[in-house]
Amino acid sequence: MSSVLNATKQAVLCYHCGDEVKNGALHYDEKSFCCDGCKTVYSILQQNNLCNYYNIEQTPGNAIKTAISESKFAFLELPEIQEQLHDFNDGKTARVTFYIPAVHCSSCIWLLEKLYRLNAGITSSRIDFVRKQLSIVYKPAEISLKQLVVLLSQLGYEPLLSLNDVVKKNDKSTQRSLIKKIAVAGFCFGNIMLLSFPEYFGFDSYSRQNFPLLFNALNIVLALPVFFYSGWMYITSAIKGIRSRYINIDVPLALGIVVLLVRSLYEVIAEVGPGYFDTLAGLIFFLLVGKWFQSRTYDFLSFERDYKSYFPLAVTTIVSGKEKSIPAGQIQKGQRLLIRHGELIPADGILMRGTASIDYSFVTGETQPIDKVLGEVVFAGGRQMGAAIEVEVVKEVSQSYLTQLWNNDAFKKVDTSRLVSFSDTVSRYFTIVLITLAIGTALFWLVMGDGGKAWGAFTAILIIACPCALALSTPFTMGNALRILGKNRFYLKNSAVVEKIAHTNHIVFDKTGTLTQNNGQQITFTGVLGEDEKQWIAAITKSSAHPLSRGIYENLMLTNPPQPESCEEVAGKGMYGVVEGNTVLIGSASFMGIAPTKENAGSFEATTTKVYVQINNVPKGYYTFTNKYRQGVEPLTKELDNDYELHVLSGDNDGEREALTQWFNSRNLHFNCKPQQKLDFVQSLQTGNAQVMMIGDGLNDAGALKQSDVGVALTDEVSNFTPACDAVLDAVELERFPVFLKFTKRCVTVIHSSFGISVLYNLVGLYFAVQGTMSPLVAAILMPLSSVTVVSFTTGLTNIFAKRLKLLK
Amino acid sequence: MTVIFILIGCSLVLALVFLGAFFWSIKSGQNDDLVTPGYRVLFEDDNKEQQAEQPEPTVQ
Repeated sequence: MSSVLNATKQAVLCYHCGDEVKNGALHYDEKSFCCDGCKTVYSILQQNNLCNYYNIEQTPGNAIKTAISESKFAFLELPEIQEQLHDFNDGKTARVTFYIPAVHCSSCIWLLEKLYRLNAGITSSRIDFVRKQLSIVYKPAEISLKQLVVLLSQLGYEPLLSLNDVVKKNDKSTQRSLIKKIAVAGFCFGNIMLLSFPEYFGFDSYSRQNFPLLFNALNIVLALPVFFYSGWMYITSAIKGIRSRYINIDVPLALGIVVLLVRSLYEVIAEVGPGYFDTLAGLIFFLLVGKWFQSRTYDFLSFERDYKSYFPLAVTTIVSGKEKSIPAGQIQKGQRLLIRHGELIPADGILMRGTASIDYSFVTGETQPIDKVLGEVVFAGGRQMGAAIEVEVVKEVSQSYLTQLWNNDAFKKVDTSRLVSFSDTVSRYFTIVLITLAIGTALFWLVMGDGGKAWGAFTAILIIACPCALALSTPFTMGNALRILGKNRFYLKNSAVVEKIAHTNHIVFDKTGTLTQNNGQQITFTGVLGEDEKQWIAAITKSSAHPLSRGIYENLMLTNPPQPESCEEVAGKGMYGVVEGNTVLIGSASFMGIAPTKENAGSFEATTTKVYVQINNVPKGYYTFTNKYRQGVEPLTKELDNDYELHVLSGDNDGEREALTQWFNSRNLHFNCKPQQKLDFVQSLQTGNAQVMMIGDGLNDAGALKQSDVGVALTDEVSNFTPACDAVLDAVELERFPVFLKFTKRCVTVIHSSFGISVLYNLVGLYFAVQGTMSPLVAAILMPLSSVTVVSFTTGLTNIFAKRLKLLK
Repeated sequence: MTVIFILIGCSLVLALVFLGAFFWSIKSGQNDDLVTPGYRVLFEDDNKEQQAEQPEPTVQ
């Protein structure tokens, strides 16, 4: 209770969304709300007895700042769009899965699974919290797809409907089948071990009866599924590798597995021994567990998004004065599009009606909207802020300024990795040495005239030298590194990326949104303003919703400015008004009658914006809006400078050159880079044999991210969309980035040293094997022992390194 | 000692039953989402509780 009282003393919080209630709270049912949207949601929930929503978590709602217009979702009535969205639809029941970015707490789960109480047409709904996916089963006869989406939007859970499918379909089949294979291998391994125990200990009563016959027969029965079901993929992978004349680590593994099976079968059938079925099953079981450990990834992140995931599913065209929805894929040159507030421009076009104020933050990371006037070109990827505009398409979606980047070859390559991993390099030599040794020993015994020993030694070498420990060291080291880095908010696409990061020697930074902050601009005034004048400026800017005016108003920090006598906003230019008898003019250079120059005009990716102030026809000076650099850029560059060649690619003009030269070598600063040029730059570094890491954030870096050996997307909000990349870094961790890089290098060292251990085991085993005296017991002990040592060594050592670098507590 | 034959047969069959159960659980998707059910189980049956409070619906 006291906390509630405290809260009311400090600030009134909206009961629904928890935002601070600023100017004039809306009261309803003895509760305060910040806006009409929040109040409406509350009233809907209250009428349906769903207020438990507010009991599970405090202020769980999502603020709805703009009204939901049904026309926005008109495209959901198109049959081709519906077909694309439905998982299943037979006319009576339909199932659809939405990706809902706003899902964030347990209240969300509760409410979204109670949708059937809001509308009788909804049969059931199930949410996957981690993936933020909601599956709804409904009756299309009672509620249409459009009504469903409108209902969700009204509750503050607007689904993201984009050109690309953002819902992750059941791609779990590979993961599922791996788990099944592990289960079978584990089951058989355990039972074979059990049945082999009497043999190990050599009980008299055991061998005197018929037990060995039965136990060995059972072992064969249990070993067959392990070989043909669980371990089969090693055989096929090895064959594939040999066919493409490439010896991967699966070749010696497959060789070992096959020899194990053949020799064991021979021994049992010829009744000379119990065989090595336990070793076979154990080997495959451990290998599969390693594979599984490595394959765990971050489900809630997507590393494969391209521009299509950002672009709308459908657009509104205007055909002879009437609005009509068409799928975005069908946009053609010359069509007229209607872009409403908050909608994305899907193709390059010319502004035909309205005032455009376009937020290119998707593309450049720059949140400052850019104003455009009639006849100017608007680029695809921008988001219109303000009243609706009409745009005539001049280029199709795939040919637009931004999207044509995806036509580049870099996006057609399946894997751009040029790095051969350590285990692959080693396994090539390993296999050659192994086979030579095996054949050599066999020949030696044949020359000595001992055919039985030749066969025994040959197979024993292939069994004992099977690089199980080697095959385990990489997945366990890298898998553990992936987890540790993930705990520190550096998320890797897969564990192979760890090794790639460790090998980079060039790091390329994007500037806007990566080195600079997305929000939190620095506002400085050049000129002199009196206290009165500040009051007047505050009075004028207070009423405007334009981000620049808001910035100035908040920067002045005056609470009670006078009421202006008149105040007018000229869209895209500025504001003027009269306060206490004084005319105040605030706006762009052209608005003031100052000739526009390269300095003061806003460009596509401008970083500095100037807003001029004129009072009573006397110029007073101008406000400069500059981007703030992120915290930690300085220590970051200092730390990295010794080991890496650092570059900066900026889409902007060189206005920030001076600021950047304090941290970067001025030779390595590149300005005015188009997305394609960024890609080309990375490519040119690579031809010079550099391993390049690109760190960027916007879609304009997508090409460079893809081309680079390691693309790292920096983001303020991890669950937001990031362009296709190899790793996602939370922006707050930028300062610790050098530590992460150091850690990946340590992990490679761990792999190298664990390789030493596995070689040591192999040498011991080989000592017995070449003499042709390897008992099944030795093999059964040596194999699991080496696996367990390597696994505990790699995970233990990576944990120790992580603790030293303060990545683990 | 012949009882061993029966015991081994029983233990194998029993273990196979568990393996089958595990396969079924994978196939039915029980392991696909390991997070949401944990929240779901904490929600109380709110129907009675809410009815008892009887909020007066104000239709606007």
